[in-house]
Amino acid sequence: MKRDANLWVLCTLIIVLFGFGGVVSGGTYLSLFNLQSMAMQVPEIGLLAIGVMLAMCAGNGGIDLSGIANANLSGVASGIFTLSLFDASQDPMLFTIAFAAGCVVIGLLGGIFNGVIISRFGITPILGTLGTQMLFTGVAVVLSDGRSVTVGSPDPLYVIGNGLVFGIPTSFIIFILIGCLLGVILKYTPYGMRLMLTGANPKAAVYSGFPSGRIIITTYAISGLLAGIAGIIIAARNINVKWDYGSSYLLVAILIAVMAGVRPEGGYGRIITVILSAVVLQLLSSLLNFIGLSNFVRDLAWGVLLLCFLGVGRFDLINRILASLTSMRSPHVTK
Amino acid sequence: MVVYKMTDKTMDNQSDFSPHLKRKRRFLLFQGRPETVSLLLLIVIFAGVSFINPSFLQISSLVDIARASVVTGLFALGVFTVLAAGGIDISFPAIAALAMYGVSTFVLDVFPEMPIALIVFSSVLIGLILGSVNGVLVHGLRVPALIVTIGTQYFYRGILLVFVGTVWLMEMPSQMTDFGKWSLLDIESNNGVTVSLPVYFLVLPIAAFTTWFIFNRTLMGRAIFAVGGNAGVAERLGYDLRKVRVFAFGYAGGLAGLAGIIQASANRMANPFDFAGTEIGVIAAVVLGGARITGGTGSVIGTILGVLLVTVVNNVLVLVGIPSTWQRVVVGAFILLAAAFFVLRDRKSAR
Repeated sequence: MKRDANLWVLCTLIIVLFGFGGVVSGGTYLSLFNLQSMAMQVPEIGLLAIGVMLAMCAGNGGIDLSGIANANLSGVASGIFTLSLFDASQDPMLFTIAFAAGCVVIGLLGGIFNGVIISRFGITPILGTLGTQMLFTGVAVVLSDGRSVTVGSPDPLYVIGNGLVFGIPTSFIIFILIGCLLGVILKYTPYGMRLMLTGANPKAAVYSGFPSGRIIITTYAISGLLAGIAGIIIAARNINVKWDYGSSYLLVAILIAVMAGVRPEGGYGRIITVILSAVVLQLLSSLLNFIGLSNFVRDLAWGVLLLCFLGVGRFDLINRILASLTSMRSPHVTK
Repeated sequence: MVVYKMTDKTMDNQSDFSPHLKRKRRFLLFQGRPETVSLLLLIVIFAGVSFINPSFLQISSLVDIARASVVTGLFALGVFTVLAAGGIDISFPAIAALAMYGVSTFVLDVFPEMPIALIVFSSVLIGLILGSVNGVLVHGLRVPALIVTIGTQYFYRGILLVFVGTVWLMEMPSQMTDFGKWSLLDIESNNGVTVSLPVYFLVLPIAAFTTWFIFNRTLMGRAIFAVGGNAGVAERLGYDLRKVRVFAFGYAGGLAGLAGIIQASANRMANPFDFAGTEIGVIAAVVLGGARITGGTGSVIGTILGVLLVTVVNNVLVLVGIPSTWQRVVVGAFILLAAAFFVLRDRKSAR
């Protein structure tokens, strides 16, 4: 249970941030409204981070740089397509279902495309997803002519983005459900086990007869699917979709994955820590806002945080500190 | 098996001109020199565009392309060096912006009389230091260079925007604008407009030659290829990985600082948000030039050809009637096609 240290650190951070935020803001930070608005902002970036995590777990330099581009493309393309077919004001339910289905299908196709070029053509994931990032963004620009597409806020779509169920934002519930589902898949299905083992030792995986091509395609397809769902949530929250939405999401998604203790070389990662890590980042971001610092400070903080957590992971600082703490308490414990 | 008559003549014919061998040799041409593909593609595009729109083949548009390729070219030489060493650098736009904006601010506020040589030198020095930090971090943290440089990219840009400034500098120091305007040769085009090839264009060939010299005539160049090819083996052979990585990233940073100050001088303004998003185009150029993203290969000539290819594509789309919105699609498709082509080539040669 070595790496679980990340879980405890993240939990502690959440408590500390809540406490600090509550004190600094005089309570408004902990108000129901602020908690709800923070929870609404987590899902889109959290879904993309899970996608990055899965690609990293596959090992062999796996990474998915095309996530936000794919999300924007699915929002833009599905938006244009659905707007041309249905009238949102007359049949909001049908419109929402068609739009959501379109997003999911386009995201999934984008993900499968990533998986195919990586596994069948043997293109390095960095290069392949860099290329598709540009391709997806480019197609979104061409389709929308560089303008934003107004999806509008028909009722069911508005509920996905801004609605509350028992006081909890709908999008956050969707995010948690998807997280739980993926967590179960990773832990209890052969696919999950094979994914981690492939990432830990690709050569051994090949000799064990794992269908590596299928594993990689599945992984990137799931990542694309998540991007498509993120596309729905982005559209639902913002009314408009545009090709250049969330330009800093790429860094933030990777930052969340690294903070969650996902090994960039592959073979290890847990959904629960990714979710917690996304929450920590959102708490921190809102806190910086509350203190009144500019977005530039936030970007600087993200960069520093990423580098710090890389250092923490490299030198295994968490476990060392924990070990020194326990050895202080009881000198007989051996590591 | 085919049995040949054993006369001298047929032997010669069969051994030299059998179609199989010939095909193999033609393929070998691509294998040793992947940049020939970029060259062919470049020629095809040039021919195609001049056919569709003859006004393209003017000296003025060639000068435009030469001018536009300087900054991308400097970036690309740096990225090529890092790629060859087995890393990747996407923080160079932030380095260029920080060096350029920092030095410009310093000159405007503190030292207005600073000679241009010193301005360029300090920008290069800032780039060099920031790049070396990248190298130290990549070596020390033992994580993919991509993730480290994503972090430093935000770090450097954050330092610039939080501590240095966020406003556009429209009034640049006169020595910098003079440097940007300083003309190497003036060419009068058919319609009477003079276009000038600026002196700063010379920086690109000089930097290209320096890079070529490092890679082909110094021990460091061999070490970079060795480390990029297989870091484990190179380490056992006694190469100092830390030194090689710090050098490669530092060199890339220095070139980025140089590119930044040239851009500021040429455009006569300093924009702290400049260069954001240029990294993909530059990496595309280097990859199109035949450098493998996993390291250990590539050439300076190929890199320059890749830069020309990307610059031409960015500049001619409008000339042939393709809307500029297609630019990303075309470059993205080029990246994927080039990557697929090089992978197929490697597989064939491995067989």
